Amino acid sequence: MIAVFTRELKSYMNNMTGHVFIAFLLLFFGVCVTVYNLFLGMASFRFAVEITGIAFLVIVPIITMRSLAKDRANLTDNHLFSLPLKVSEIIIGKFLATALVLLIPTGVMMLYPLILSAYGTMHYASSYSAILSLFLLGLALISIGMFISSLTESQVIAAVISFGTLLFLLILPLLIALVPKDALVSFLCLVALSFILAAIVWKLTQSINAGMIAAVLQVVPLCALYYFKKPMFEGLFHKIMTGLSLYDRFYALNSGVFDIGSVVYLLSVTVFFLFISVQSLETRRWS
Amino acid sequence: MIEVRNLTKRYGDNLALDNISFSISSGKVYGLLGPNGAGKTTTMNIITGCLAATTGSVTVGGHDIFEEPLPAKRHIGYLPEVPPLYTDMTPFEYLGFVAMAKRVEYEAVLRQVREVMEVTQLEEVRDRLIRNLSKGYRQRVGIAQTMLGNPDVIILDEPTVGLDPKQIIEIRDLIRRLGEMKTVILSSHILAEVTEVCERVLIIHRGKIVADDSLENLNCLAGGANRLHIAVKAGESVVLSALEGVPGILEYEVLKSGEAGACELMLSVDKSADPREAIFFAMADRRCPIITMELKKSTLESVFLSLTADAADEYAGADSEDEDYDDDDDDNVDDDDDEFDMGEEEDE
Repeated sequence: MIAVFTRELKSYMNNMTGHVFIAFLLLFFGVCVTVYNLFLGMASFRFAVEITGIAFLVIVPIITMRSLAKDRANLTDNHLFSLPLKVSEIIIGKFLATALVLLIPTGVMMLYPLILSAYGTMHYASSYSAILSLFLLGLALISIGMFISSLTESQVIAAVISFGTLLFLLILPLLIALVPKDALVSFLCLVALSFILAAIVWKLTQSINAGMIAAVLQVVPLCALYYFKKPMFEGLFHKIMTGLSLYDRFYALNSGVFDIGSVVYLLSVTVFFLFISVQSLETRRWS
Repeated sequence: MIEVRNLTKRYGDNLALDNISFSISSGKVYGLLGPNGAGKTTTMNIITGCLAATTGSVTVGGHDIFEEPLPAKRHIGYLPEVPPLYTDMTPFEYLGFVAMAKRVEYEAVLRQVREVMEVTQLEEVRDRLIRNLSKGYRQRVGIAQTMLGNPDVIILDEPTVGLDPKQIIEIRDLIRRLGEMKTVILSSHILAEVTEVCERVLIIHRGKIVADDSLENLNCLAGGANRLHIAVKAGESVVLSALEGVPGILEYEVLKSGEAGACELMLSVDKSADPREAIFFAMADRRCPIITMELKKSTLESVFLSLTADAADEYAGADSEDEDYDDDDDDNVDDDDDEFDMGEEEDE
């Protein structure tokens, strides 16, 4: 794992990618801090962090697109598999290297509240919790980007799909707000969601039976619940999606309320996508 | 050292390996020989744990590659067909990475990297980026990384493909030196290479092992006939009647002649008798000038061709699934023939 981690880190630092990522993130955050905190005189980092979170849309795909796709294109993945390394070690090593590249600008951002405190009263707890929320969102998006990169051998395709996915995640809070809150719409949306999940199961396990079982296991209880406890569905989809939406969690966390649930959720998403990246590489070996 | 038992690999409907079994004992250079698409790379990928088998088992140094992958993989150094190099690193950095990934002890990393760089003569390029190295040097970096971690078996997939003749000789020398220290398995579709460096040969064809024997035994298998190519400036009937009196000719085949007024023949002649002088005098008696006479000694090539041809006959009645194979092979026959002409035939 250490070998993979060191190699990836060196590779980020030898190429432009790592530097561009760090420079872009710091530039963006710096501009936001200048505008909101220096010119407009706000004491909170909330807006600066929120807008930087949007910038992840562009820079996360840049840093994750090559992580696994390039290995596949260069045929170095087979060699990694032939080394005495577990697939999980390969994924975690690569993820930690990327996380460290994210940690460097985050570390610099941590200095900002200290600098600004010279000019007024800073609320440290909320400032650092906002920066932490940015870091956690970054980790979750990086693991999603890595998973997408594990699906293809083309870096361009990986970047485009990652960009699309992140864009979708970003506008998800707006989309959720558009969905009517009545029970029937909630029910139908949940059924549609179940079918999407079942399709993912089918794709990952390459077995149509597993997909069918997943669909039945989700849709039958939903129908039963809808039949017997219809009022429960009022606004349910809305609630579930807000809970699942990464950016909603991120906004909640940087608004000054340290919500431990959101921290756990963002970390779980990270671990979940790392886990399915491992599965994705394993499936390729077995196919 | 390596035990392969009833290995089968399917890609969808395509049967890439068909129930193959063989064992590799330590201290020899093994050649895995077969036409392109025969299953050489698949076999190697499964032995090294890159690919899972559909059924069957592989044990390396007593460890099953699927059950206990980590200890099994420590016995193996693998060089895939395309050297798995990170072009943004220098050979020194890259070898350090592989050594660490192979869990070489921290203090030993530097020493081992220096050792393998010395064996593969990489010192002069140690600090140049791999992307700036020639293909020969890249291949050497690839071979160097197989030796790290001191594995017992080194597996090389077509290590000389795409190199120039001088580099091929250098890499073959390197493989021969490696063979003195470790067990080496080498895949190739080039017969000359196998004849030159390997002691034992496994011939694989359409996912089956069709021969597993030492090089000498296979050469004996080649049978009692050499081939003699002649071209005579005379009519076909005259030449054939002249040859009737020559002993040692087993059979003949009339070839399409490249030259006007000449008759070209491919004769199959007894290995013990050399009928060249007799043919010369027979033609001289009839005042027919011989313009070409070339003896081609039967070697591994003929064994290879006959074994792979037999297997092809077996498949002739097989179902449509195998037609893909046939297409592939047809394409590759030309490549292979070229290689044989360059390296294998010993002309006299």
